[in-house]
Amino acid sequence: MNSHVPVMNQQNLPDVGQPYTRNEKACHDLSIRVRDLNLWYGKTQALKGLNIDLFQKNVTALIGPSGCGKSTFLRCLNRMNDLIPSVHTEGLVEMDGQDVNASKMDEVALRRRVGMVFQKPNPFPKSIYENIAYAPRMHDLVSRKADQDELVEKALRDAGLWNEVKDKLQEPGTSLSGGQQQRLCIARAIAVQPDVILMDEPTSALDPISTATIEDLMDKLKEQFTIVTVTHNMQQAARVADYTAFFHLGEIIEYNDTKVMFSTPAQKKTEDYISGRYG
Amino acid sequence: MSHTFDEISQQLKRRHRKSARLKWVSMGALGLAGLFLVLFFADMLSKGLPAFQQAYINTEIRYSEEASRDGRQAFDEDLIPLISRTEVRVIPLQLRNNPELIGTSEQRWMLANSEVDQYLKGHRNRLSDQEKAEIEERVAAGQVDLRFNKTFFGSGDSKIAENAGILSAVVGTVMTMIVTLLIAFPIGVMTAIYLEEFAPDNRFTQAIEININNLAAIPSILFGLLGLAIFINFFGVPRSSPLAGGMTLALMTLPVIIISTRTALRSVPDSIRHAAFGVGCSRWQVVRDHVLPLAMPGIMTGSIIGLAQAMGETAPLIIVGMVAFIPDVGASFTNAATVMPAQIFTWSGEPEQAFVEKTAGGILVLLTILISLNAFAVVLRKKFERRW
Amino acid sequence: MQTNQLLLLFCTVLLLLGLAAYFIGRAKASRVRASGAAMYAQPDQYAWFAVLSTAGPAVLVGAVGSLLLLLLGAEIPPLYLFAASLVVAAAGLAVGVAQVKPQFHARQAIERVIRWILAGAALISIFTTFGILFSIISEALRFFQMHSFWEFITGTTWNPGASFLASAGRGDGSGAEFGSVPLFAGTFMITAIAMLVAVPVGLLSAIYMSEYAPARVRTVAKPVLEVLAGIPTVVYGFFAAITVAPIIVNIAGFFGLDASYNNAVAPGVVMGIMIIPFISSLSDDVINSVPDSMRQGSLALGMTKGETIRDVVIPAALPGIISASLLGMSRALGETMIVVMAAGMRPNLTANPLEDMTTVTVRIVAALTGDQEFESAETLSAFALGLVLFAVTLTLNLVSVLMIRRFREKYRVNNL
Repeated sequence: MNSHVPVMNQQNLPDVGQPYTRNEKACHDLSIRVRDLNLWYGKTQALKGLNIDLFQKNVTALIGPSGCGKSTFLRCLNRMNDLIPSVHTEGLVEMDGQDVNASKMDEVALRRRVGMVFQKPNPFPKSIYENIAYAPRMHDLVSRKADQDELVEKALRDAGLWNEVKDKLQEPGTSLSGGQQQRLCIARAIAVQPDVILMDEPTSALDPISTATIEDLMDKLKEQFTIVTVTHNMQQAARVADYTAFFHLGEIIEYNDTKVMFSTPAQKKTEDYISGRYG
Repeated sequence: MSHTFDEISQQLKRRHRKSARLKWVSMGALGLAGLFLVLFFADMLSKGLPAFQQAYINTEIRYSEEASRDGRQAFDEDLIPLISRTEVRVIPLQLRNNPELIGTSEQRWMLANSEVDQYLKGHRNRLSDQEKAEIEERVAAGQVDLRFNKTFFGSGDSKIAENAGILSAVVGTVMTMIVTLLIAFPIGVMTAIYLEEFAPDNRFTQAIEININNLAAIPSILFGLLGLAIFINFFGVPRSSPLAGGMTLALMTLPVIIISTRTALRSVPDSIRHAAFGVGCSRWQVVRDHVLPLAMPGIMTGSIIGLAQAMGETAPLIIVGMVAFIPDVGASFTNAATVMPAQIFTWSGEPEQAFVEKTAGGILVLLTILISLNAFAVVLRKKFERRW
Repeated sequence: MQTNQLLLLFCTVLLLLGLAAYFIGRAKASRVRASGAAMYAQPDQYAWFAVLSTAGPAVLVGAVGSLLLLLLGAEIPPLYLFAASLVVAAAGLAVGVAQVKPQFHARQAIERVIRWILAGAALISIFTTFGILFSIISEALRFFQMHSFWEFITGTTWNPGASFLASAGRGDGSGAEFGSVPLFAGTFMITAIAMLVAVPVGLLSAIYMSEYAPARVRTVAKPVLEVLAGIPTVVYGFFAAITVAPIIVNIAGFFGLDASYNNAVAPGVVMGIMIIPFISSLSDDVINSVPDSMRQGSLALGMTKGETIRDVVIPAALPGIISASLLGMSRALGETMIVVMAAGMRPNLTANPLEDMTTVTVRIVAALTGDQEFESAETLSAFALGLVLFAVTLTLNLVSVLMIRRFREKYRVNNL
């Protein structure tokens, strides 16, 4: 079984040049390819030689105990770590045939294609409408007012928020409830039409009902987008993710099809973690 | 549906340029503010530094009989328009007090006229060509020279430019600040202690707080109106006195001291208070023995900054009459006095060219004192700063 | 006997009595304790209580008495008052010493007294505000008895010249006119120029310091800007009058314009420089307290840094920035020395900033420094002007406080 499954860690590294195939589904298209990714905060190494392939139009969940580097890794994918002066990155993160960390890569352009949703909803201090219309307008995705209205409506519909806010588009985004704010942030991210959406524990600040809504949403959104989500909640990973990567102390211990990983983990550490022995 | 990196980068070029523009413009704004400061100090230094030097003339003074009646007789005739009137005026008096000097003579550096002074410093003056030639000749002979200006630091105000000094204003400032500090410091610290440590959180306390914040933002000239109407007209505090000025400034400094003391008290962690309460201290004992000593550096820093602020204040003092002409250096809290900013203001109104330099010189002295005070406060804060 | 000699004597006697109270109280408390009685407090505390009971009532009687003396005229001879206070002090001493008993809670009593003293100190700031209000309003009312309020608010001619003749009993003062419109026009003109300088420079500096500058630049730039705020206004006034005004005149001359040496631009610009740190420092704090999640949210959408600052950070910080600007404006309106030294004395209703014009504060100073009788309309007009100035700056300050409070509640920031 092991030979078919992309289990990846330092010791057990398959030939990284080949895309990984899975048992039951046909070969997925590669979205982001990560090779030998190392990251330091000052002198402390937070990510140690990561190798992983993220597949298009799938949900990949990153799980692991606190401080294992899963959020840091997520932020490598759209170079949000650049904002922290002490961070230093080495290795390859490849998207669309280009090295994301290359000096000629414009991190602003990258972030347009790799959107992000944060742990705490962070709507802008603008109206609901402007929260969504702002970025597409700046990116020249829309020029006419009618296009803009249409785009806002589509994004809100895709985010499952349209019916709740269609009558109060001019109210401030902060007037919504926490779950609605988070869906507004998702709508804001998809309005830019990215390829990948990164979600950094998107439901950890929400109540269970809002969480369920967002999980359903992720399921729908993966038809259009590649989704990479960090979660603390293993049930959530099991529910929403096609693939799951288990992080521990800055390394990927195991990366596999979610169902396989949760039923027959290949590594002892993974088993300990998902059975709740630590974390 | 999505764009490639190249397409996006193309569109981004324009936006990156705009983004960079904001960075440069904002950097330029900060640079502009810095440039103002540099220009300002350069201007003040170039105008004010010459005031610390003064033209002196080395000449022979003949203490003759005639000189005891008319001081001018003691000098060469062509020197008389060049020597300061104050020096000439003193001679008969000097001879009356020391009659034994009559008949002798003396070679000495005499204070020159301000016109000579301005001429030597290359400023506008009213000397005739003949007088200029006379000076040049003596400069060549080493008999006219710019020397350190003792008068400026050693005497009070005068209507004669070369005789005017800053000392009476410095003494006035010191006395006014003593009054200010004696009133504002205890009341300010006590108010802050009450608000931080004792006051219940009710409407009365909130009213005091709003009121203090508001006082801090009231134009200073209105404090002058208060001083005039209440202290001088109602309580009969002598006008122009350090007492009146100090009391007025004290009310102005009060909010500064209260606000900084409260910040200092708040920065003392509650765990200290709890520990002291735990060993049976009463509230006042906790404050006196545990909180205040820890907050003291912060309180001192705030008070020094408040004092420096008060020291530079002019408008309310003009209203309470502290722009008096004070030629003698006196030390009384109830007599008329002047302070440094007021002295600067008075000099700036004098039409003579020599007073421009005096004004700028006074400004340099004031700025030096203020900057030293503030630097001292910063050092104090740095030295005792504690992170909990 | 002179009043101040009497005061000195009073203080000396009180000090001696206080010392006596301390030592007697302490000795008695030690004696009681030595005799084996369990006491509620330390001997020192009993001693301090005795001191407080000696000095407190006596000072109170003295202060209230002197106040009555001043308010009602000299109906109580100072000597009687002096004697009365000392009698009270002696009585206090007796009570204080008598209270040195084991059952007496000296510590709690002291605590209560200290609390009242501290609360009393806190009241002084309230008294100051009332003092300002009272002194301004009462004199302003006297002014409005002589000249109509309406004329003061709407009149366009300020010409107090003839009023002193009236107060000297010669002439009826009918030539005097007190229309404050030109003064307020001048004030607002100079304030507007100051804000035009201070708001862009201050705000952009704040943006640079909080968003772009490396930590080293920040630690240098902040205190350097604060220096601008620490320079005394009389110094700025001199700078405006001697250095900046001639420059403005030359520049205007270069463009063929005729500028007065007392033009409004020079004091306006210099006042603007003075206000820069007020705006930059508060704006910097506010921009810093805009949560970082806002910036990240915008950057993650592929916005450039400039767009993020312009469209997300600044709108979020806007209440605080407006608050800072209002505070700066109130500072500019009430600024006195710069305009006294660099602006004109002539009330001039014009829209041309190159002409000389005067301001409210200039006229207040002018009215109170002349050799005027205090009762003259011109002197009193200073208080009427002061009243309007107080009202305007108070409003600005309150609005500013409300805005910053709203910002603070929105982002739950506590350090503003």
